[in-house]
Amino acid sequence: MRWRTAALRALAPITAVVFALLVASVALVLVDRSPITAFVEMAKFAATLKSFISIMNRAYPLYISAIAVAIGFKMGLFNIGVEGQYLFASLLAAWVAASIALPAPLHVLVVLLVAVVVGSAWSGIAGVLKVTRGVHEVISTIMLNFIAFGLVSWLLANFLRQENEPGDLIIKTAEIPASGRFPSLNPLLAAIGLEPPRGSVWQGFLVVAILLGIGYYFLVWRTRFGYELRASGINPGAARAAGVDPDAMVIKTMLLSGAFAGLVAIGPLLGFFNRYTLDFPRQLGFIGIGIALLGRNHPLGMFLGAVLWGFMDRSAQILDLNDIPREIVQIMQGVIVLAVVIAYEVVTRFVEREQVKAAAAATATEATEAEVGEVSA
Amino acid sequence: MEATTGTREAVIPAVELVAITKRFPGVIANQDVHLRVMPGEVHAVVGENGAGKSTLMKILYGMQQPDEGSILVGGQERRFRSPKDAIDVGIGMVHQHFMLADNLTVLENVVLGSEPAKGIALDFVSARSDIVELGDRYGLAVDPDVLVEELAVGERQRVEILKVLYRGAQILILDEPTAVLVPQEVEELFENLRGLKDEGVTIIFISHKLDEVLAIADRITVMRGGRTVATVAPEEVDAHRLAELMVGSELPTPEIRESTVTDVVELDVQGLTVTNDEGRTVLEDVSFVIHRGEVVGIAGVEGNGQRELVDALVGIVRVSDGRVLVGGEDVTNRPTAQIRQLGVGLIPEDRHRQGLLLPSPLWENAMLGHQFGPPFMSGPWIDRGGARSRTREIIDRFGVKAPGPDVPAVALSGGNQQKLVVGREMIAQPQVLIAAQPTRGIDVGAQAAVWEQLRQARAAGMAILLISADLEELIGLSDTLKVILRGRLVATLDPRSVTPEELGGYMTGVRSQEATA
Ligand SMILES: Nc1ncnc2c1ncn2[C@@H]1O[C@H](COP(=O)(O)OP(=O)(O)OP(=O)(O)O)[C@@H](O)[C@H]1O
Ligand SMILES: [Mg+2]
Repeated sequence: MRWRTAALRALAPITAVVFALLVASVALVLVDRSPITAFVEMAKFAATLKSFISIMNRAYPLYISAIAVAIGFKMGLFNIGVEGQYLFASLLAAWVAASIALPAPLHVLVVLLVAVVVGSAWSGIAGVLKVTRGVHEVISTIMLNFIAFGLVSWLLANFLRQENEPGDLIIKTAEIPASGRFPSLNPLLAAIGLEPPRGSVWQGFLVVAILLGIGYYFLVWRTRFGYELRASGINPGAARAAGVDPDAMVIKTMLLSGAFAGLVAIGPLLGFFNRYTLDFPRQLGFIGIGIALLGRNHPLGMFLGAVLWGFMDRSAQILDLNDIPREIVQIMQGVIVLAVVIAYEVVTRFVEREQVKAAAAATATEATEAEVGEVSA
Repeated sequence: MEATTGTREAVIPAVELVAITKRFPGVIANQDVHLRVMPGEVHAVVGENGAGKSTLMKILYGMQQPDEGSILVGGQERRFRSPKDAIDVGIGMVHQHFMLADNLTVLENVVLGSEPAKGIALDFVSARSDIVELGDRYGLAVDPDVLVEELAVGERQRVEILKVLYRGAQILILDEPTAVLVPQEVEELFENLRGLKDEGVTIIFISHKLDEVLAIADRITVMRGGRTVATVAPEEVDAHRLAELMVGSELPTPEIRESTVTDVVELDVQGLTVTNDEGRTVLEDVSFVIHRGEVVGIAGVEGNGQRELVDALVGIVRVSDGRVLVGGEDVTNRPTAQIRQLGVGLIPEDRHRQGLLLPSPLWENAMLGHQFGPPFMSGPWIDRGGARSRTREIIDRFGVKAPGPDVPAVALSGGNQQKLVVGREMIAQPQVLIAAQPTRGIDVGAQAAVWEQLRQARAAGMAILLISADLEELIGLSDTLKVILRGRLVATLDPRSVTPEELGGYMTGVRSQEATA
């Protein structure tokens, strides 16, 4: 029964993906392209080792971002500010990483700490505003995003950039020394006898992301703090009567969400870019919201969602070469998020109806037994 | 309204339910249920917790669809896909658990879902006057502009009834409307119902209080185990016979045994004063002590400061003056978590607002408010095994009808949810138990069991603050009785000598102790 229900629930995202494929097909047909070709090309392209690495590299920051959003969701808070939190945290972490000299593991640890503290602090502001001033977190995190974007550009351009060689016009922080970089997983490939494709770096921070996912699960579902957080999300009045201080919970949740947010782009920073530049990845915070919805705040669901996203982003690259508009992938991504929300609703109802039918079958026999019992008693 | 009161067979029933069956996972809530309600009658439905009363009413109101059977309204077969369909044929329902939006005003709540359109904008002006007029006509006056959040349970109910009448209901379903009312209010409500009845409104009424049922009903249908077992007229039966029909057992009365009061003070409340957000004093200079082994009862009409008193004692609202001591320790304005860990248990007056996580499994509900240590925690981790076995213990000891610790709380009938909350607090054996309406919505049989549990706990030394709308319960269980009126304790009475009538007089301020003493 339990497995059946789980399988049925997995049906929701699958339906959403199928539906998105259909919508994309229609769109492709409308612009006179063959959907079959497009999808086959995408799948073929994604099935290489190079693509696998690329997909993983794209997926794990989104995964961390989704967790940051999900922590808020679990207590009924909507942290839209992950975007600003991670950009701000990444910039300061990049600057610190390039400014200090420490032995390798310590160097990285300090950088992680900086990212966590900055992300937390930035999102904590929204928590404090909510508790002390009653400002809704959606409003404050949106505003904090804009402030963060401005601050990042301003700090980078005026204080944190390196002095460039003449002729180098790109604004960026100084390069992070080797001791501050995060090791890649390429040796792992070599160890199992696979030749890492040239120019491909399988970023090792994926491991941290997975650990964060496990940590998220245990924290939210297995500890008292997580219980209180979920209780506050489900019924604030009952949580309060049970000894959960609502204000403290808002602040703790925002701090925690921000801590995860701070780590969103640390992997690419320490494992690929090695500095904060103007072409540092953006939008990860917003996409994280979609993935949290797609994965229903579930650690595994969100991971699959992130990988799906990474796959779509990666495989979109092949479309241009085949003269197919790559925007088709964005359409699909949008449709998936919308459709999955609806599909979950439908499946939930369906599951309920199924359970009732099963119960009907089971209780029909029970009832007759009970009747017999009553007569003989 | 061609139909007058009376139940002549020639009259077409206002509502007829034929062979209704409804199943939920693991239970048959209704099985081959037949119910005939004549126009203009007050028809009571009684039965033990989980008998299927609420389910049947939800089916009639279109909230749930029957698996089998049919619904006839005014002789015509109907199929309701949603409450809207039911409202369209003049059926309205006030739920066992209120369904008002807390952060909206009374006016907005009443109008919600049946917005009086005037162009595009809502016509609140005429809606307001309609509500005031309705309220006056039926004696259900409430201020249309206050937030529902600020209303006590009794007042919320008036809003619920107004809301239904506002939509032009001719058939009114009331699911345990009196569970939240004190006798005076019940009398008022019954006056209202008689008035409605005279205007031809048909009323279906669910209650666990059999005396009330006998007083107001024209006919009574008894449900047991999902079936209708009998329909009787009140003249044919008395409360004992009804209880027998319902649960097959004797009607219990709360009766206190020998006193177990010691002279160890467990809860000491000194000059407690609470001011609300608007600066109004809602609790003023309240003082009392509860000793180990003592039950102190607080009588009062809903909304006279009981809620604030409870909230202040457990640290949910700020105390502006005075002190609260638990076992000699000053806990004034301490965090709720600390107070609870010091051994203060809480049965909240409204289980849905403060007592339950409805979508969560029972075991997560069983640990609510007790999430600080064993058996729910082992070290920093939640002990799921421990939580489940504790939940099973509660289910067994308190007779909660539930398939197991993993079903969501929402799947339990109202009375069984209440039993879970009571069980969770009692089983933890707190030093001090604050019990607000502990038997609200619990059937007569289970009520006796809860009373017995409270008595045993008292004998074992628990200090109990009992707040109840059920005067018999108060008189029968308390060692000391206090009356609360407009935020003040106005009388201290001896439960052995006081009568419900006298008590009622103090509660409404008709009597006062200064005058009689
Ligand atoms: N949504 C649901 N899912 C599963 N089971 C349910 C659901 N609603 C009710 N039930 C079950 O159906 C049975 C009848 O419930 P119902 O609420 O009708 O009882 P009731 O007679 O109103 O009891 P009470 O006096 O306690 O309110 C109970 O066993 C209950 O657990
Ligand atoms: Mg009920």
